[in-house]
Amino acid sequence: MNFYILSLVKTGLLAFVLLTFCAYLVWIERKVLAHIQLRPGPYRVGPHGLLQPLSDLIKLVTKEGLIPGNVSTGLYLFAPFLAVALALVSIVTIPFGPEFEIFGVRTWLGLTDLNIGVLFILAMSSLGVYATAIGGWASNSKYALLGGLRSSAQMISYELPLALAIVAPILIANTLSFKELAEAQSGFHFGFLPKWHIFAAPFPQIFSFLIFLVAAFAETNRVPFDLPEAETELVAGFHTEYTSTMFAAFFTAEYANIVTICCVTTLLFLGGWHPLFPSAYGSDYVPVILLLGVAGMFFFHAGQTIKTRRWDRFSFPVGGVLSLGLAGLFLIPMLQPILVPFFWFAAKTLLLIFVFIWVRGTLPRFRYDQLMRFAWTFLFPVAVVNLLITAFAVALTSK
Amino acid sequence: MSEIDLKTTAATLEAESAAPAGTTRRMTLNMGPQHPSTHGVLRIILDLDGETILSARPDIGFLHTGIEKQAEALTYQQVVTLTDRMDYLSNLANNLAYCLSVEKLLQLEIPERAQWIRVMLTEISRINSHLVWLGTHCLDLGAMSMFFYCFREREDILRIFEYFSGQRLMTSYIRVGGLSVEPPRGWEKVVGNFISQLPSKIDEYEGLLTENPIFLKRAKQVGYLPVERLLELGVTGPMIRAAGVKWDIRKTEPYSSYEKFDFNVPVQQDGDVFARFRVRMDEMRESIKIVNQCLAGMPGGPIRAEAPKVVLPDREKMKTQMEALIYHFKIVTEGFRVPAGEAYVPVESPRGEIGFYVVSDGTSKPARVFMRTPSYGNLQALSELFHGKLISDSIATLGSMDFVLGDVDR
Repeated sequence: MNFYILSLVKTGLLAFVLLTFCAYLVWIERKVLAHIQLRPGPYRVGPHGLLQPLSDLIKLVTKEGLIPGNVSTGLYLFAPFLAVALALVSIVTIPFGPEFEIFGVRTWLGLTDLNIGVLFILAMSSLGVYATAIGGWASNSKYALLGGLRSSAQMISYELPLALAIVAPILIANTLSFKELAEAQSGFHFGFLPKWHIFAAPFPQIFSFLIFLVAAFAETNRVPFDLPEAETELVAGFHTEYTSTMFAAFFTAEYANIVTICCVTTLLFLGGWHPLFPSAYGSDYVPVILLLGVAGMFFFHAGQTIKTRRWDRFSFPVGGVLSLGLAGLFLIPMLQPILVPFFWFAAKTLLLIFVFIWVRGTLPRFRYDQLMRFAWTFLFPVAVVNLLITAFAVALTSK
Repeated sequence: MSEIDLKTTAATLEAESAAPAGTTRRMTLNMGPQHPSTHGVLRIILDLDGETILSARPDIGFLHTGIEKQAEALTYQQVVTLTDRMDYLSNLANNLAYCLSVEKLLQLEIPERAQWIRVMLTEISRINSHLVWLGTHCLDLGAMSMFFYCFREREDILRIFEYFSGQRLMTSYIRVGGLSVEPPRGWEKVVGNFISQLPSKIDEYEGLLTENPIFLKRAKQVGYLPVERLLELGVTGPMIRAAGVKWDIRKTEPYSSYEKFDFNVPVQQDGDVFARFRVRMDEMRESIKIVNQCLAGMPGGPIRAEAPKVVLPDREKMKTQMEALIYHFKIVTEGFRVPAGEAYVPVESPRGEIGFYVVSDGTSKPARVFMRTPSYGNLQALSELFHGKLISDSIATLGSMDFVLGDVDR
């Protein structure tokens, strides 16, 4: 009984947090891109555009769900559903923190610890191709068809280097469960260098990490690999004909995929929830210090708001108080074992997400054939060689 | 699906499967007129095999404004405002080309100061046009941020135009007989400030693009046609200079005292998208050189020609002298008469050779104004440039051709 209640609570919490975060990821992306591009970004809806995701959602849901006359209706409706279902399902195997005990209940942050979690995520992301391919085909539109074709070819090609890059850390940790993978990365070399797979002895997995990251960009259809929806070539690619909630479903799926892939990267290569330096040097207090800094910044700027930004006079002090409150939460001894690992996990994932956005603001787009050639003639061989060397190193060091 | 839908679908499918049986089916794709990267309302009908373009047919005319015909209904001075609206990114070059043709018919001697200011402003508008090209071209290639960086500088240029003429876009600053108004006080500082910080900005752009491997891959060996073919098609401007032909009207047939300025004509040999990129980037630097020379040696004197029958008199003269008042009344009510004849003076616009073939029948309205516009000439190369290329390449090529649909359709 206890298990069911706990699972229900956790599922609800996870779904809520994930969907909200996906919505706010759009806001974050728009803000970061805007600041790269010398503009303020969303600013009108709520303080600093913070209610923008909500208004976007209302707009998308209340729009007319138009189904063009010449589509194959069944598949057309099925594609966005498939996309969002697969994107949301793959998050269940991801642990966000270690085990802990609260109110006498022993549990951990995350829904389920599948002993083949890595394979499960790979399978789900492979199935995601169907959503784009079906969506592109069912739309019966030429741009959508080309987008769907591109996307299926691209995702299948990049699956290989992605999988090969994943195998290397799995070899080192000798497990397919994300929880055990993260636990395998606890501790420190020489007392200060974290035993993350990216620093793994004797052969650091920095190459696997880079290959994985590049392939992840391609898997999630992000710049410079955003060919399936290259807006200047194919208008909007496979979702050209989609409107309203169906478009929102594709959109959510895309951002949920980014979140998932960044979480996976963190777990595989960046040590999951393990801190950057030992807690003996005070790593448990990093979130508190950071939040105090944020609060300080809020209060500093609250004192000198610009006249045209009327909201700031209220939003800055509120933000400051909120950060102080959060900092206080991190100091409560009972919550510390939950929040501090989660902080490290979230920090690494957010950093990766920032890289995703940063790259989008910087790089131009590949051409279709160059993209395929890059996957097959460069990324794939490098991944194989990297895997061989890693396997050799693991064989040498294992007892 | 209704019966009619089925019929039309079947008809399209039949049309698309024109290839012999047993081979892959061809797809006809209507790119535009409301496509994000056809730079206006160009429609290109593409025959596709997968993503390879088998044939491309441009369909123009969606932005037809009838400017050519309208010009026959307006007086000579009024036509200047129409030229602004053709190529809205380099309107000063259009103004200049038209005014030079009419001035040739009138045999007007333009004061040196007016000529220099014309040169300076057309060069600034060349930078403006190239900035817009760079921004939109990079946007097409997926580098979104460049667009905003380029438009930051363009905003400064538009402010300069507004400072000079009171208008940001449709300046109509260059008029038959000189300039519309005396430049405002302190213009040297405004232009100087802008021009002095521009080179570092161009370095920034080049830092983002010139050695970017993805950009190089997209731009090198893409959009190539042999020089001979380009010349046959009547391609001019940066496109022909990128193919190795040193053809710049500012050098070959100097107008508006361009012979007094020291500048180079950037030429590249490869004739691909990257060569066009290099040529335009270098041209911006050369334009900066010319503007700097204008700032250093701007001569004094009047800004309008000494021609009372053509140029409006000063307000003061008009209010004090009988003769000036009569001329003012005549020019304002019926325009000035231009001796019968025909004239064509080509000008190097940012896109290539622009010229107005003006035919006069001795009245105050032109009998015919034919516009030789660079965008139209350059667009002729489109189908051959697209042939056998990928859709992505076609987008890169389209961007590098840098045409303005208002200039094509007029």
